[in-house]
Amino acid sequence: MESLFILGTNGKKNYNNTMSEIMTEKTEDPKIETPIEEKYKLQTKDVNVFYGDFQAIKDVSMNIKPRSITAFIGPSGCGKSTFLRLFNRMNDYIEDFKMEGKIKIDDINIYKKKIQLEQLRKEVGMVFQKPNPFPKSIFENVAYGLKIQGIKDKKLIAQRVEKALVQADLWSEVKDNLNKSALTLSGGQQQRLCIARTLAVEPSIILMDEPTSALDPISTAKIEELIYHLKKDYTIIIVTHNMQQASRISDYTAFFYMGELIEFDKTKKIFTNPEKKRTENYITGRFG
Amino acid sequence: MRKIKELIIEKSLLSSALVTIAVTIGIILVLAIEAFLFFKEVSIFDFFTDTQWTPLFTEKHYGILPLLSGTLLTTFIAISVALPIGLSISIYLSEYAPRSFRKTIKPLLELLAAVPSVVYGFFALVVVTPYLQQFMPSLSGFNSLSAGIVMGIMIIPFVSSLSEDALFAVPKDLREASYGMGATRLQTAFKVVVPAASSGIIVSIILAISRAIGETMIVAIAAGQQPRLTLDPTVPVETITAYIVQVSLGDVQHGSLEYRTIFAAGITLFVFTFLLNTLSFRIRKKYREKYE
Repeated sequence: MESLFILGTNGKKNYNNTMSEIMTEKTEDPKIETPIEEKYKLQTKDVNVFYGDFQAIKDVSMNIKPRSITAFIGPSGCGKSTFLRLFNRMNDYIEDFKMEGKIKIDDINIYKKKIQLEQLRKEVGMVFQKPNPFPKSIFENVAYGLKIQGIKDKKLIAQRVEKALVQADLWSEVKDNLNKSALTLSGGQQQRLCIARTLAVEPSIILMDEPTSALDPISTAKIEELIYHLKKDYTIIIVTHNMQQASRISDYTAFFYMGELIEFDKTKKIFTNPEKKRTENYITGRFG
Repeated sequence: MRKIKELIIEKSLLSSALVTIAVTIGIILVLAIEAFLFFKEVSIFDFFTDTQWTPLFTEKHYGILPLLSGTLLTTFIAISVALPIGLSISIYLSEYAPRSFRKTIKPLLELLAAVPSVVYGFFALVVVTPYLQQFMPSLSGFNSLSAGIVMGIMIIPFVSSLSEDALFAVPKDLREASYGMGATRLQTAFKVVVPAASSGIIVSIILAISRAIGETMIVAIAAGQQPRLTLDPTVPVETITAYIVQVSLGDVQHGSLEYRTIFAAGITLFVFTFLLNTLSFRIRKKYREKYE
């Protein structure tokens, strides 16, 4: 489990650096790029998911490269959200959930008995469909993930909160109102706050479950731009209903249908020259 | 023809609502008039500052404080029992227990409130007090401690059930967000769910206090009938409600000052519970606005 923790893109060593140092170090260090590039960040093999008698996912195998954006598309109920939620074991809370197969992150099977869910989720952050800030202040929302880890150093927390808000492109809008309730923000700001909250924990993978489906076009554009920039440092997997969104921001696209992975390839290929007829029908709007 | 039928139904429904309101107003009016007549003879200042309550003795004192202290002492003991147990139950049921367990256990818990309070009073007197006397030989046969403890057990479902509703109503999104950042169940329960449900929990506590203040049978049976200004839980005390029972059952002459003391005591009780209920109503209204 330690290796999961260490492989985070920005490890604990950065704690005492200043804001600018951290930012430049992360964006300009070429050393991180090459060695891990060859390996897959996330691998799934023959994954099956059952809810009672219902099979939600059928034999899905897929490899995801680090620092890329992968979009999951498909009609409602095709299993894409279920599949996404396997990666931080969010489905564990569903009572009759059962899963078979292997899912590895950084070569560690995350469904091993020894895996601590809390550690896994620090490594694999999640942004949800509806903005869901806590009914606390803006600052407390972003600091939450740090405080539950037992970090007490106030200066460090303040630094990390600022850094996360800057990364989420929200700092300039809220820096004078950090103590205001997060519920006073607009929907788009709330969603960026939720992204900041996730970034503050410093995960290496971010799962996004239709993060813009509850937002207006302008907020959506802002978040898409943000996601695009986050790719430098994070492996992002995004579930979306919006085909344009998938084609705009993702490097890879996976098309799910009835619990099966129909096609998984570079986004360009999927949207210009898909192998399967069903994929073509879906992306051209013939069904779904 | 149909129109007339509709009209009759509508008016009869309206009249049943009006009857309830009329009865309530009537009760308040009687309380107020009799209390007013009482305060014509006893000054309000004496009523709230005199430390003795002896309207039935030859040397008469009309100080509500001993009754009030008896009421507040038993209520305090009851809440000290009900609050930690009730809250623990509600957190367990809403955050940890499997759905099916929650569905069975919640109605069972609510049964606690369905036991007639006279049974609880009896239980306090003949079971709890003798048991406590084994450890505390100085404990009187009538005391506020066992009455308070048993009353606390009785109001556990008020706290647990209403708090659990409040906790359960916290959107699933917030729990997922917390789990998603690596929080444990315990951290999620105490740092996210409880604060988000705090107004509902406070309402449940206020209603439980209000219930404890108004509770009659347990304290009348097990706490004694000696108005005494004390915070000692081991000696007999008398609560406002127990006094009203005592006088109502006695042979006090109708229309006398002694008779009116129960209205003075009654209106004090009424003001207390009314304020508490208003407070809980306010909080609940504010809380609704927050989520909808």
